[in-house]
Amino acid sequence: MELDALLLSRLQFAFVVAFHILFPAFTIGLAAFLAVCEGLWLRTKNDVFRRLYLHWVKIFALAFAMGVVSGVVMSYQFGTNWSVFSEITGSVIGPLLGYEVLTAFFLEATFLGVMLFGWNKVGRTLHFVATCAVAIGTTISAFWILSANSWMQTPDGFAVDAATGNLYATDWMKVIFNPSFPSRLMHMLLAAYTTTAAVVLAAGAWQVLKGRTTEPTRWQMRMAAGTLALAMPVQIFAGHWSGEVAHKHQPAKVATIEGWCTSAPVQGTVLVAWPDNSECGHSGITVPGTSPYLFPNVKDGEILHGLDAWPKSDLPPMWIVFWSFRIMVGCGLGMLAMGLWGLFLWWRNRLDHPGLFHMAAVPAGGLGFLAVVTGWVVAEVGRQPYTVYGVLRTVDSVSPVSAGQVATSLLVFMVVYAIIFTAGVVYMARIATRGFDDRPPGASGKERRAPGSPLGAVDEPAEAPDDIVAAE
Amino acid sequence: MAIDYPLIWAFILAIGVMMYVLLDGFDLGVGMLTTRARSDEERNMMTATIEPVWDGNETWLIIGGGGLFAAFPTAYAIIMPAFYLPVLLMLAALIFRGVAFEFRHKAVRPLTKRFWNGAFAGGSFAAAFAQGIMLGGMVQGIAVEDGAFAGGAFDWLTPFTLLTGLSVAVGYLLLGACWLVLKTEGEMFLRARKWGLAGLVGVSFCFFAVSLATLAVDASIGDRWGFSMQYIDFATLLPLSPVPLTGMALCIWLARDLWMKPGVNSAPDWRPFLLATGIFITGYFGIGISLYPYIVPFELTVWDAAARDNALGLMLVGAAIMLPIILIYTAYVYRLFWGKVKPGDGYHA
Ligand code: HDD
Ligand code: HEM
Ligand code: HEM
Repeated sequence: MELDALLLSRLQFAFVVAFHILFPAFTIGLAAFLAVCEGLWLRTKNDVFRRLYLHWVKIFALAFAMGVVSGVVMSYQFGTNWSVFSEITGSVIGPLLGYEVLTAFFLEATFLGVMLFGWNKVGRTLHFVATCAVAIGTTISAFWILSANSWMQTPDGFAVDAATGNLYATDWMKVIFNPSFPSRLMHMLLAAYTTTAAVVLAAGAWQVLKGRTTEPTRWQMRMAAGTLALAMPVQIFAGHWSGEVAHKHQPAKVATIEGWCTSAPVQGTVLVAWPDNSECGHSGITVPGTSPYLFPNVKDGEILHGLDAWPKSDLPPMWIVFWSFRIMVGCGLGMLAMGLWGLFLWWRNRLDHPGLFHMAAVPAGGLGFLAVVTGWVVAEVGRQPYTVYGVLRTVDSVSPVSAGQVATSLLVFMVVYAIIFTAGVVYMARIATRGFDDRPPGASGKERRAPGSPLGAVDEPAEAPDDIVAAE
Repeated sequence: MAIDYPLIWAFILAIGVMMYVLLDGFDLGVGMLTTRARSDEERNMMTATIEPVWDGNETWLIIGGGGLFAAFPTAYAIIMPAFYLPVLLMLAALIFRGVAFEFRHKAVRPLTKRFWNGAFAGGSFAAAFAQGIMLGGMVQGIAVEDGAFAGGAFDWLTPFTLLTGLSVAVGYLLLGACWLVLKTEGEMFLRARKWGLAGLVGVSFCFFAVSLATLAVDASIGDRWGFSMQYIDFATLLPLSPVPLTGMALCIWLARDLWMKPGVNSAPDWRPFLLATGIFITGYFGIGISLYPYIVPFELTVWDAAARDNALGLMLVGAAIMLPIILIYTAYVYRLFWGKVKPGDGYHA
């Protein structure tokens, strides 16, 4: 494969969007967590929940800001790198993304400001309303962007303009609620909740390991473990639903995910596989005859297509999809295990005493992010060689720009993101792992901050004094 | 009569971009002016004047990018690849500048602090310069064949676009200086007036240089105004002349305001900023006259490039609800933070 503008654009899109999704996955979940904490505080009057809120809202502010910065890049990428795609599909997915822009705007401009800066300025109920509005708002944002993405996976409700070759909508309801949208929305929202729960659990476990267990830490771990134990089984169901939808609309993707070589009425489950010289290009370890249980909706006598059913030019790259899927599922099972283990320890009253669980929980905080990124790789690379499945090929979507330009931009984004995000993530991790800090935002000094400036909620030196000491 | 959706959306987009230019214009200008700060405290005071509002200002840029995609996909598909590298420069500059706002306060070590201060001022300039280059590139024209961009990677790089890049940066500088006149007092206030005067001289020079160069670069724009190297068509020029004349009058008025010793009979401190804004609006109007109704100049009109009516109509519902709310809210925030910033007043202090 040569490094042409097409391949470089794909790499760049994958890199930039994968970076972006880390932050929405976290902010969607965290906004919901904060709303729950504040709601519980108002209901139970238990001060623990207020402290949890004020602690995590600072991290939320930073993550949100990172999401904004990386999101702005996304909205220009469609044009710079996928101009032909933009022109052809603009009249269909343009409005969906347009609505996302408007909701994001609304969010940033109003409720986020009250949420971050209004603690001492507005009444409790209004503040709670603002937090809920932000949580709902991020979800609406996800709604529109996932609708657009799902339409690219399972396009519906459109027609081709004979004169220009561009697409246009014939039925907006079918465009917005396209076949893979409900399952994808559910799967993604649950991914956000579980990812956040894993992070919250990890931060709590870290405190326990450092011997700084406090009342909020206890609750944070219980809530996180409970969320994981409850949401993960649902998530596995949602993932399975996604798989069924994909099987119906994108059978080649499922054949790739499953690693089925030949078409047959009953297929096995390939646990692992590796490249070799066989006809199908791989061999592996297979549990035979599982498909009737995994895909109960398949009718008797229906053929389950394997990779041999399509010409190579119509198939996605096998190994990336195959292994990404297994990593995602593995992460999911890992998080489920952490949730159940946590509940067990809670029951035995050992959740607050450092142990093996806590050592495992800290690295497990990254499992959600890994699953989210690999999950998107399954969905997006599995859609290849199309950008709009069955309608527009990726080769026909790319901008008429030179490889040199794309190589430059890819390099620039890598360097810029490396600098910016390292600083940001280090800072977030510091807040999360330092002792519990529950001063209201803006309590120090005078408030000269507009509602609507996410970064402003955090205002202490990022370089802790001990760093300076170390540097000298 | 059927609703002319493309025209409505062109109008909405034009307003959005103008809001962006005016609002982010002054805070990018202040960003550039921080290089003139004599001490850390001065620099903090300057950033304190824009901290409450810069984030909201920049959000208008998403209306530019997202709105262009949604409403005029064909134009978006031509303009973005044509300005691939300037767009990249702008995005990178804005990312750096945006986080530098906060990180420069977080940094404690002198070296990291210097780095973020530099990123802040440099990012502000680079973003302004890149925007000016794109403006110039639009005016000088984009190579289009079969409805797609057909030029090279560096088509945008000409002496003309370098001139427009510089002009936009100087213009933002003027806005920034007038903003500081409005928001500061004492020593900083006096120096801001000097920067304002310098900026105004620069803007006047750029105005003439760009106008002349435009005639050379693109004859159609000259025609539009009734100008060419050979003749002047007064029948065309006269009805349009109030626009540049207003601009010039505002320049002279602003020069007077900034020149007068501050004291009993001088202009109120908000007037320079208002006048500078007026100068920008007339300039923007002038560009509008030059280019209307083209969205990719002299290749595609707004009607050629627009999305389908059913898409534009669907979005119009959302925009009609959201845009007024956003405008009201923006006004509210500016009111909330009205008044002078005092030394050491930054929220970080
Ligand atoms: C599942 C959800 C999801 C997905 C798949 C994406 N985003 Fe996103 N995006 C969000 C969820 C989100 C969010 C939660 O709404 C963010 C994160 C933090 C924030 O400010 O809003 C956001 C921010 C955000 C912003 C900044 C908005 C603002 O200023 O508030 C833009 C312009 C985009 N995104 C654009 C995109 C594009 C073009 C994507 C597709 C490739 C994309 N996002 C994928
Ligand atoms: C945020 C989560 C997402 C991730 C992690 C992601 C990941 C990826 C990856 C890995 C590719 C490269 C596939 C390949 O070329 O082999 C890709 C391509 C692409 N994706 Fe996504 N994607 C995400 C969301 C979206 C959304 C929401 C949209 C549109 C609304 C979208 C539109 C595209 C387009 C236009 C391409 C380029 C064409 C292509 O290579 O297929 N993606 N994405
Ligand atoms: C454990 C069982 C799981 C199964 C069976 C499963 C199944 C799937 C399938 C089949 C897809 C592709 C959908 C398509 O292309 O249309 C997918 C995508 C995805 N998965 Fe999973 N998944 C599981 C766990 C997880 C977990 C734990 C996470 C994250 C915490 C996750 C996050 C994602 C994401 C973000 C996508 C891309 C968006 C989408 O297409 O829905 N998955 N998953």
